[in-house]
Amino acid sequence: MATTEKMGTPVDPPQPPDDVDGRMWTNRLRTSFFGTYPPEKLLPDRQPAYVASWIYVFGVATIAGFIMLVVSGLVLSFEGPTWYHTSSTGHFVNSVHFWSVQLFMLSMVVHLWGKFWMAAWRGRRAMTWVTGALAFFSSIGTAFTGFLVQSNFESQWIAFEAKDGLNAVGVGPWFNVANAGQMLLLHVCLLPVVVGVIVVWHVLLVRKHGVVPPIPLEHDPADQPVATPQARS
Amino acid sequence: MPFVIASGSLNGPATYLSWGWVGISLTNLIVMLVTVLVFVLAVLLPFPHDGDDE
Repeated sequence: MATTEKMGTPVDPPQPPDDVDGRMWTNRLRTSFFGTYPPEKLLPDRQPAYVASWIYVFGVATIAGFIMLVVSGLVLSFEGPTWYHTSSTGHFVNSVHFWSVQLFMLSMVVHLWGKFWMAAWRGRRAMTWVTGALAFFSSIGTAFTGFLVQSNFESQWIAFEAKDGLNAVGVGPWFNVANAGQMLLLHVCLLPVVVGVIVVWHVLLVRKHGVVPPIPLEHDPADQPVATPQARS
Repeated sequence: MPFVIASGSLNGPATYLSWGWVGISLTNLIVMLVTVLVFVLAVLLPFPHDGDDE
């Protein structure tokens, strides 16, 4: 906005009142996000003692595996199948991508099992659990399309084993595993973004609600009712 | 390495195990068993602590 001038003297533009600022979407979004996630909550220095568990190490290993998948996947995308099927460097990056998905899925399953037995949905954490489950299911689809675009005999075998089952449930016309182009685009354009968004959402929910505390002991002596005089007599 | 030997050459066709109507490749079975083993270890093994945490 240009500054208005009167008689050659620069005049500051009119400032909107505070309530107008407060109604702006940028203000509301900023206030909402940083109110929920102050920096010390996004990157905390300390955690409760019960967070010191291998189960959370596998949660972090899942994120590490995802980052390795994205990086190695980008290299594979730029270089192409001819490169990763014929050159030794291509074989190496292809293997890194393959073993990263093993690390990713194994770590996620161990983390999921651990959180299931901890009943991690307690204390208004249902959405944290749901996003974790969504990450798991969307990862299955992402891994499946990945195995379908290896461009080798195994991917052909998987596609023609899977097509009958998918046709039987009626999704074949929209999700055609024999269509390598569709599977490739889903694998490199859509599904990694879906998994990434869900993982970020999951981590933000963990930061918002905190890690679920341990299940209290069922027979905690502090919870026992105090005997009345009549009961003692 | 023992797993690789047990599952045969990785460049050849997979070895399949069958019990009646149940069929599974040996490599998939090994991956599932390793996942269960890692989970059991993750639950049972003590997590290392610094002395300051005590």
